[in-house]
Amino acid sequence: MARAKLPRKSTHIDMTAMCDVAFLLLAFFILTTKFKPAEAVSVTVPSSVSDKAAPESDVVLITIDKDGKVFLSMDNEEKKEYVANTVENEKGIKFNVQEFKKAQFIGVSFSKLPEFLAIPPEQRKGDNMPGIPCRDSSNNEMKEWLRIIKSAYMGQKMNLLVKGDNASKYPSFKNVISAFKYNDLLKFQIITNPENVPVGSELYKQAKAGLAVKKDG
Amino acid sequence: MAEMYTSSGGGHKKGTGVKKSKKMSTRVDLTPMVDLGFLLITFFIFTTTMSLPTTMNLFLPKDTDNPEEQNKIKDNSALTILLSKDNNVFYYEGMLDNSNVSQNFKSSNFGSGEDGIRQVILRKKANTDEKDFMVVIKPSDECTYKNVVDILDEMTIDVVKRYAMVDISEVEIQLIKATEAAAGNASN
Repeated sequence: MARAKLPRKSTHIDMTAMCDVAFLLLAFFILTTKFKPAEAVSVTVPSSVSDKAAPESDVVLITIDKDGKVFLSMDNEEKKEYVANTVENEKGIKFNVQEFKKAQFIGVSFSKLPEFLAIPPEQRKGDNMPGIPCRDSSNNEMKEWLRIIKSAYMGQKMNLLVKGDNASKYPSFKNVISAFKYNDLLKFQIITNPENVPVGSELYKQAKAGLAVKKDG
Repeated sequence: MAEMYTSSGGGHKKGTGVKKSKKMSTRVDLTPMVDLGFLLITFFIFTTTMSLPTTMNLFLPKDTDNPEEQNKIKDNSALTILLSKDNNVFYYEGMLDNSNVSQNFKSSNFGSGEDGIRQVILRKKANTDEKDFMVVIKPSDECTYKNVVDILDEMTIDVVKRYAMVDISEVEIQLIKATEAAAGNASN
């Protein structure tokens, strides 16, 4: 019986194209990736439907941890130096300004600052720190900090952020807000995780209507 | 799989006397390189944080002692939401006085069900003149930060234009306690 002879084909595939794609993706991920900085104070933030990205420069961040302790951090070193010098002058306490500039966060009262800055940075963990006192109106050091920071940013834009833990109680947030109000800092932002708009809600309908209008136009 | 194409150019001719160098193929097996590429891709995919944190803007009203400057709310167009412990939510419409406490003071939750706070807000919104509608948020000392952010977010979701955060009053704290105690007894 005559049999059609199938030509034998090689099983080798040209890998060049696949290799190209793989390295293209690799390059993309290497360039877009941003490693999370190790956080001294760990906080789980609530989620919201807001889609505004958090600002990255001139940030004044107030962190509230799960026990309601309040921490302060800033990113602008020039302003930090100004703040450090002002605190030294006003409170009459001496501390290491260079350490202050490098410190990731401040989590103690004014009087404990020198000891706080003497601790090696890698050992400064939010869990072991008492936080900035702002429990009540009589001993609200947050007010003082914000007043000094406000004067440091005089005439410039500063991004006041609040990053609170899901489990922290409302009073600590209220005390932070009252410190804001005291200093006439009436605009601030709350850091949240993005969340989808619930389907069928008013905002959802509005967003859809907005899209429809845009398409028509 | 991993080999190089070394035999090509078919045997050499005899008798020419010229030594011909062997022709080598330039094709290299790329499989290991692809393997490595994808391994690195997986690594970067897992370590990358794509979702950047977002922020919610909040504007505070300036505290004023002058009653002339304070915003007035019309009696029946306001919805007051009270936040309590264990994600409990209480609300009442308009003003609270002794005569209507039992019917007006109701409990709710953060769910999206029929008695969830979202439905409550939407119902109230539909029944009220839009320019008078106002939501007053009163967080108690026992509620969490998450509750506060959730309810503020709810304002965005339900497109409530006017809302305010106000300190809770002693009467309301007592009411919440009484209601929670009653609910606790009922369930036991």
